[in-house]
Formats: sequence, structure tokens, C-alpha cells
Amino acid sequence: MELANIEKLLDKYFEATTTVQEEQELQLYFSQPNVAPHLQEYQPMFQHFANLQGEQYTKNVPLQPRKNYLKWISVAAVFVFMSAIGITYHQDAQDRAAAELAYLQFKESMTLVSQSFNTGASRINHLTEFSDTTTNKIFITENN
Amino acid sequence: MKQAEFLNIILPFKDKLYRLAKRLLVSNEEAEDATQEVLLKLWSKKTKIEAYNNVEAFAMTMTKNYCLDKLKSKQASNLKLVHSNYKDEHTSLQKEVELKDSVSIVHQILEQLPAQQKIIIQLRDVEQYDFEEIAKVVNMNPTAIRVALSRARKYVREELIKKHNYGVS
Repeated sequence: MELANIEKLLDKYFEATTTVQEEQELQLYFSQPNVAPHLQEYQPMFQHFANLQGEQYTKNVPLQPRKNYLKWISVAAVFVFMSAIGITYHQDAQDRAAAELAYLQFKESMTLVSQSFNTGASRINHLTEFSDTTTNKIFITENN
Repeated sequence: MKQAEFLNIILPFKDKLYRLAKRLLVSNEEAEDATQEVLLKLWSKKTKIEAYNNVEAFAMTMTKNYCLDKLKSKQASNLKLVHSNYKDEHTSLQKEVELKDSVSIVHQILEQLPAQQKIIIQLRDVEQYDFEEIAKVVNMNPTAIRVALSRARKYVREELIKKHNYGVS
């Protein structure tokens, strides 16, 4: 590759009108050791591009990507939620039944109390007789 | 699609994805993560992969978008801070030696380019895409790409000459 051609290609290169092939020629020219002195300042540029081409992705390609855990997490969450609701509802019903039983027992015992109270109270009724017989026995005397 | 088929599709261009990510992001690790992320996304869309007429251009676009998003996000700016600390101009001996190395100067100059020009120069000068292929990735028309590419190359040349003549003229 003669020098004049390279210079022409360089001018075109910086106007970005070179084709990919012409750019490859330039890279080839600058990758060999005897570069014309006045063009040497461009050498690092092409060298750098050549170096960059050598970079490789060394990490393994992750074959099995993360599974859709989110789906299963949501299913589990719904299950937990529903069972929590079920348990609280069940407990609620149990509590209500227990409360009803306690209420009935209390009512029963209270009727028992009131019955015995009433029998006691009927005995007291005799006292009114006493008060009836005694009130009329008091006489008011004038003392003057 | 089987894993082997998928691998056959992506193997020819996975390095290109990585290099593009590396040009745009700050560190190797970040570029590796970005590549992995893009490959995973491709794998999750493997049923549709046959429908794309150019998987490579599609993957490159994905990588570009992913990296630009990364750069915009807060995470990247945090990392950038760390990185600029690291780049602090304490002129250690090693640094001086490194600075003498013109190739690393070119690297620094490339780092200064705006993201769009970085992408174009990477695709053209490193991956040797033609303008139509670049157009698919960056979503610009070929003329605009040519102008941007010319501008980027001239910028590199000017900066390089500036560095060369530093202290001389």
C-alpha cells in the first residue's frame, strides 16, 4: 500500500466516508511496524481499536435464568392469606359459640337466683300485715 | 428452543455486547452484569427470537438501552463517584508511565466522548458495522451517523495531537 493512498484514505476516514473495507486496510497498515513518521501519531488510535476488538466476555452464559419465583410466591401468599382468614373466621365462630354457652349458663343461674329470691320475698309479705295492725294502734293525745 | 440452539445464536455476538457495554459503562464488572442481563432477557424471550430478523442488531439495541438507563440511574452516578475518586490525578509513578502510553491516552479520549458518539465509534471502528447496521441499533439515519462518526474521529485526532504537542508548542 503506497503512502499517498493511505493519506487519501485517512482524509476520507476522518470525514467518515470510507467503507468498512478501506478502514480495514487502514487498520492493517497501522498494525505493521513501519509506519511513515508523519502518520505515526494516528497509530495509537488504530492500535487501540485493534486492542478493543480483542476484548471478550469471559463470564459463563447463564443458561438457566432465574425461574419465575414471583409466580409461586404469589400463589403461596394467596394460600397463606386465605388460611389466615379461615383460621380467624373459625376462631370467631368458636368464640361466639363459647360466649353463647356462657350466656345460657349465666341466664340459668340467674333465673335460679331470682326464683329463690322470689320465694324469700313472698315470706316478707307477712310483714305488711304487722304494719297494718300496728299503725292504727297509735293515738295522738293533745297535751295542753 | 433448546439451550444449545440459543447458545449458537448468541455466541457470535456476545463479545460485541460486552464490548459495547464496556465502552458505555465505567467498570468491567458493570459491563459483565449488563451483558448477562441482556442475555437473560433474550433467553426469557426465546420463543419470539425467531421472529426478529436480526437478532444481533436487536441485542445490541437492548444493550445500548440498558447501559444508557444504567448511566441515568442513581446507581451509576454513585459508581461514577467512586470511579472519579479512583481516577484522581495523584501522579504516581505507575500513572506517569501509563500516561506515556499513547494507547491509553486514546482510551481516555474515547471516554470523554458523548454516549451517542461512543456507541457509533464502537460499532464502526471496533465492530466494523456498516451504516445500515448502526442505524438499526442507534435509531438514526445514516447521514446523521456519518456526521457524528466524523465528528468523533476528528475529536480523537485533535485531542491526540494536543497531547502529543503538549509542552512543545
